[in-house]
Amino acid sequence: MINLISVTYAYNDQPPVFQEFDWQVGRGEAWAVLGPSGCGKSTLLYLLAGLRFPTSGHVLVDGSLLTRPRPQSGLILQDYGLLPWATVQQNAELGFQVRTFYGPDGKHAPSNLKANLSVDPWLERLGLAEERHKFPGQLSGGQRQRVAIARTLALRPDMLLMDEPFSSLDAPTRESLQALILELRAENNLTQVIVTHAIEEAAMLGQKILLLGQPPNRNPEIIDNSGSGHAGFRDSSEYVQLVRDLRRRMGEG
Amino acid sequence: MKRRDLLGSILIVLLLWHIAALLLDRPILPTPLVVGGALLRELSNGNLPRHFLVSLWRVVASTTLAILLAVPAGLLLGQSARLNRLFAPMIYLLYPIPKVVLVPVVLLLFGVGDFPKIIIIFLILFFQILVLVRDQALGIRPELLLSVRSLGAGRRALFRFVYLPASLPAILTALRQSVGTSVAVLYIAELVATQWGLGYYIYFNGSTLFNYPAMYAGIVALSLMGLILYFTVDWLERRLCPWQFIK
Repeated sequence: MINLISVTYAYNDQPPVFQEFDWQVGRGEAWAVLGPSGCGKSTLLYLLAGLRFPTSGHVLVDGSLLTRPRPQSGLILQDYGLLPWATVQQNAELGFQVRTFYGPDGKHAPSNLKANLSVDPWLERLGLAEERHKFPGQLSGGQRQRVAIARTLALRPDMLLMDEPFSSLDAPTRESLQALILELRAENNLTQVIVTHAIEEAAMLGQKILLLGQPPNRNPEIIDNSGSGHAGFRDSSEYVQLVRDLRRRMGEG
Repeated sequence: MKRRDLLGSILIVLLLWHIAALLLDRPILPTPLVVGGALLRELSNGNLPRHFLVSLWRVVASTTLAILLAVPAGLLLGQSARLNRLFAPMIYLLYPIPKVVLVPVVLLLFGVGDFPKIIIIFLILFFQILVLVRDQALGIRPELLLSVRSLGAGRRALFRFVYLPASLPAILTALRQSVGTSVAVLYIAELVATQWGLGYYIYFNGSTLFNYPAMYAGIVALSLMGLILYFTVDWLERRLCPWQFIK
């Protein structure tokens, strides 16, 4: 699904964050990208989203070279990215509006664009039906992130990219949204990449974990975590062992 | 603002005015009652309403023109760092020039009639709106733009769904600021080369006819126009930006 071929990325005049970096993600896989701040994990996600482009090398998604954001990829950011002047309902429908604005051109919107889709099922499911006429300023952080998730999922993406999506939320809210991400994975054949600095989150959500260190990152360090993917995993000894292992490895880096 | 508070303020201002007029006891400051009588007379003979409408038209036309040209220009500069770098020095240079001093030049260039008055007010409002809208567009969080772009939005959709709605509060702020300015400029612009408008009316009654009650009636009418414009902006803000009023 994702294929990074010898990718080098550097910000203006700075040493590269990635250098000849190769990485593959299979369809339907759930990855967590873990690393300290400044390691380039958000950069990696923006490269996958088609919002940044490698200095050299290639980023292929679903077999084609990324030249712009792909209509089938969904992106969820830490700060929600909601329009403050639009209601919950309008925010959730924003993706549809953008697509209708361009029509099915295959570039901004998929060429098999369906008309008259409804966000209502997603608002219902994410517990936002009562809030649909409120503005983002009237919602809690968890609710705002749910709106962003509804907006993204309503477009039926095949890939979900998340950048520290739950970092600014309190623990119970964070855990309930993590459970939601696990549910979604079980239902759809959704490829997921979640970027996080929280070891516990990576251990819960990543069936595979990509560990990044201080730049430049050359060779991907990959940890298999196929035991994850259900809510009970948090209480298993496997989880405890993994978290301990990750903490040790991050400490070394 | 509550209606009762507004009414209270009006009464206090009238009372202070009345006391001042009694203390001064000169024709140059008639009491509110005398001015009220003159206002009614001037309203009923159809003189003042026509001056009022001419002035209102000039303000509304110049404001509309300023919005139509300054908002797109401000948005354009606000979303492109390169364009902004190119034009920012020019704006810095032109913005602080008091455009009122250009009145004689504009009159010479455009002659008599409404057009030069509209141009003068337009020139002043244009820069106010341009700068506010540009800064608002510059201040949009990059995360918001990224996430809307990830939904498929290109430049045109970003304009339509992000930049334009984001600039609405700035436009309204600019409008509120410009009400006071445009009313003041209106007076100066209407001093010359016209026989209509509240500016002319106030000047003519005060300096030529020495009809002070009628002059004050004109001042009251001009203030009322400012007040009406203020309330219109308030009303627009509540209609167009309800999200700014939530708690």
